[in-house]
Amino acid sequence: MSAAHAPAALDDTDRAIINALQGEFPLCERPYAAAAEALGLSEEELLARLQRMLDAKVLTRFGPMFQIERMGGAFCLAALAAPEHRYDEVAAQVNAFDAVAHNYRREHALNMWFVLATEKPEGIAAAADAIETATGLVVRRFPKQREYFVEMRLKA
Amino acid sequence: MSGVNADDIERRLIVATQRGLPLVPRPYHALAEELGIPAEEVMQRLGDMLARGVIRRIGAVPNHYAIGYTANGMSVWDIDDEYIHAIGERIGALPAVTHCYQRPRALPDWPYNLFAMVHGHSRDDALREVESIAALIAREFPGACRGHEVLFSSRILKKTGLRIAA
Repeated sequence: MSAAHAPAALDDTDRAIINALQGEFPLCERPYAAAAEALGLSEEELLARLQRMLDAKVLTRFGPMFQIERMGGAFCLAALAAPEHRYDEVAAQVNAFDAVAHNYRREHALNMWFVLATEKPEGIAAAADAIETATGLVVRRFPKQREYFVEMRLKA
Repeated sequence: MSGVNADDIERRLIVATQRGLPLVPRPYHALAEELGIPAEEVMQRLGDMLARGVIRRIGAVPNHYAIGYTANGMSVWDIDDEYIHAIGERIGALPAVTHCYQRPRALPDWPYNLFAMVHGHSRDDALREVESIAALIAREFPGACRGHEVLFSSRILKKTGLRIAA
């Protein structure tokens, strides 16, 4: 089991920060100070805790989440079936592409699922083709046809 | 908002923030200095991008494993095309579902056209949610679902988010 599986040791303040700051971060001169005040913390403590949670990979990022389709770009879910004996090699080959925003191992014959994000719609096919060339494996493409719901907030 | 310059500044703002906001007391001023524009413009443009949906939100992106959601199941469903939108809207509205999309089938081996991501504190937890979704579809749309599977994730291989070239 990889380290990514172990829930991190978070205290109540860390959880309060995660729950309060998954959006609506203020647009003002001292946004961390404003957010900290609402949480009953000092600006320094909030900054230190955010840095610690980023270092510990409790947070993967702190900042804007972009919906590149609204700027003319595209997202596409894709999957491939990596032979087990080549799994780590294929993962490294896939991850090396900047167009790969996320990549997950999943338990299925299609055992690697990743999201391509590109600035132009035609970038998706180019990236998927390049991944096929790099890995020698077929990249299955699952573009979304309709989005019913997306909510990336999770309660810590 | 129009013109090459406006788009160029937005693009540079994306490049400057896609790895994260600066963790300093005045992050928008730090960005302003980097981009050579006033801090007020940085805030105004970020606000405008939020309003247009180019930015979904600004804040913390948690690693769901690290905050206790150790079971991440991608449930996939083979739904009669006639009911796909009604069922997609219904399933997407359930509290346990964080993402819900219609995607193309890839026959013969991939009959699934509805994807719903379910997060749980354990696999049993997530599987219970999936079974309750199956029961809901069977009850409200009898015969509309021809099968489903759950693909659990066992490892995050990469989670960087968008990266466009500078």
